[in-house]
Amino acid sequence: MALPPYKTALQRAWHYSFRGICGLIFVFLIAPLLIVAPLSFNVEPYFSFTPGMLAFEPEAYSTRWYENIVNLGMVNPDASYAEGWWKDMWENAQWIRAIKNSFFIGIFSALIATALGTLAALGLSKPEMPFRAAITGFLISPMIVPIIVTATGMYFFYATIGIAKTYVGVIVAHATLGVPFVVITVTATLSGFDHNLTRAALSLGATPWTAFHKVIMPLILPGMISGGLFAFVTSFDDVVVMLFLGDLEQRTVPRQMWSGIREQISPTILAVATILVLFSIALLTVAELLRRRSERLQGIAK
Amino acid sequence: MTTIALKHENTASLAEDPRTLKIRLAKAIRRKRINAFLYVLPLFLFVFVAFALPMMQMARLSVQNGAGGDILHRSQVAMKDWTGSDLPSEEIAAALVADMVEARENRTIGKVATRVNYSLPGSRSVITGTARKAKSLQAPYLEALATANPAWQDPQIWVSIRRAIAPVTPDFYLAALDLERDMDGNVVFVEPERQIYITLFVRTLILSVLITSLCLLLGFPVAYLLASLPAKYANLLMILVLLPFWTALLVRTTAWLALLQSQGVINDIFVFLGLIGNEQRLQLIYNATGTVIAMTHILLPFTILPLYSVMKTISPTYVRAAESLGAAPSVAFFRVYLPQTKPGIAAGCLLVFILSIGFYITPALVGGSDGQLISNFIALHVQRSLNWGLAAALSTILLAAILILYWLFNKLVGIDKLKLG
Repeated sequence: MALPPYKTALQRAWHYSFRGICGLIFVFLIAPLLIVAPLSFNVEPYFSFTPGMLAFEPEAYSTRWYENIVNLGMVNPDASYAEGWWKDMWENAQWIRAIKNSFFIGIFSALIATALGTLAALGLSKPEMPFRAAITGFLISPMIVPIIVTATGMYFFYATIGIAKTYVGVIVAHATLGVPFVVITVTATLSGFDHNLTRAALSLGATPWTAFHKVIMPLILPGMISGGLFAFVTSFDDVVVMLFLGDLEQRTVPRQMWSGIREQISPTILAVATILVLFSIALLTVAELLRRRSERLQGIAK
Repeated sequence: MTTIALKHENTASLAEDPRTLKIRLAKAIRRKRINAFLYVLPLFLFVFVAFALPMMQMARLSVQNGAGGDILHRSQVAMKDWTGSDLPSEEIAAALVADMVEARENRTIGKVATRVNYSLPGSRSVITGTARKAKSLQAPYLEALATANPAWQDPQIWVSIRRAIAPVTPDFYLAALDLERDMDGNVVFVEPERQIYITLFVRTLILSVLITSLCLLLGFPVAYLLASLPAKYANLLMILVLLPFWTALLVRTTAWLALLQSQGVINDIFVFLGLIGNEQRLQLIYNATGTVIAMTHILLPFTILPLYSVMKTISPTYVRAAESLGAAPSVAFFRVYLPQTKPGIAAGCLLVFILSIGFYITPALVGGSDGQLISNFIALHVQRSLNWGLAAALSTILLAAILILYWLFNKLVGIDKLKLG
């Protein structure tokens, strides 16, 4: 963007220094995420750059920490692939088990949150909905209450009803944390929704389910998916609830990282972090595509 | 078939008294309201059971005295009318001895003794020691107890027992606010060297205000830039804001661990640039500095996003009009532009403040001892010291503070205005 010619020299100087300041803030935002990648290839077990790495010596770099992600916990990591290496990895490697747990818990809690949240958002967007503000406030409160308070309360309560330290307990807890995101995104999508479309479908003889399935859902699907994605990420990120409600059996990736950071700190953590950064880039891309699609669909529906 | 029947009904009713029409309309609206609520009901029940009930139980736990009252049930009844100013009656002593015999057989005396010990340190051994001999004690019990252990001659231990076995207690709240009851039952502050929680609440507050201000300071220019750039550049730069937002908290905290440690990248750069000597590396981590830096980074997107969504709706014509009417650019900014961003500032700051006063993970990993917040002590009492009553009291205080802020947020900004991504 060229500056208009009537600007004074001082204004020009300010314009460029403002850009410079913003650039520095962007560096502050993004640099920590980028720095973990080169550090994770360190051959030494440190969290810092060695002189060899700075001189770009190939022997200063290695992929040993990535191998460690797979090997840790395996019975016989040196076995050949034909001798059951894959089976051993799939069943025994600690990080692999954590990844499986993360996906299992994340997907189920996101599904519960999305199903219940979408239904509730449909109700909340009806003009006849009584006590809308109060109920919305209540449904969103799990997002606002500090996670440590939520986890403490759940720890006491779930222990009394016997679902602490079980998959059920963890999934229910994570679904609760994911609900606000689904309610917010789907309600936002529905705010641009033309309710005449539903009325038209119903007046043409569609059952409420058909009307939802064939008319409403295709239009709010981007909102549902991005809400579900948020719910999944909430579950995928969570450490605190896992610390309180999870057992060794339910250990997820962040929970495993937490132990790694607290107990034997090694660049394996950085290798996992690098993979997670790549994973979040993928998630961000999906979310962004969905947002654009949703904007387009809303444009049509209006 | 049904539609025809309905039509028939409607025409029939129209011919009737208009008042019945009114009633029928009211009925139809009510049916619609109930219908709308039915959609919300499953989630409402789910959140109620999975979230609200645990919160309520926690609040109850924070005033509940535990099993003491059930274990020493005779004493609880006997002590009901005792004033507590002098030694108790023989009747109370007899009840206590009978309870002790029973509790020792059930192996529950230790629990009560531990609980009494909270309010009167050192009393645990007195109670367990006496309980061991309780079976052989003979009436008059008050004197028998005094011979067993002279501590029973002091009304204080009796007062402490009564406090420990009362069904409801304010003790956990008192402890959470660094208060205690002195021998006469007055509420006083504990000695300065034993005060932990007031300092902790104040520190949590100060650090949260600091982090919120830093987020606003760094977030405002970025949001302004994003809102003023053409969409194709803004969307690209937006990725730099959204990527940290989507990245796991623990990943970002780990990155700061690597960056801030004394042999870490930031110190390396400072040494390389000659700003500091190799021997004077800065201690940037395991203290409040580390907590503030890492949390500012983590919460920054929560300021930028609401600010950006408000700034995008502000038309540039206002500032242009102000400038064309002779306002200096700074005047136009402060008098015309800034007031219009107020809703965004309020939303961003409140959100960051609410999130930061309950932060746990980052302070626990990079905070050392003076960067710990109130939530770290809640975790400590749940997991290590197992003082659940105190954990519940601290949590309830934090919860109350958050709910007030949440109410404020709703009042000022409106929760339905909250946008994600």
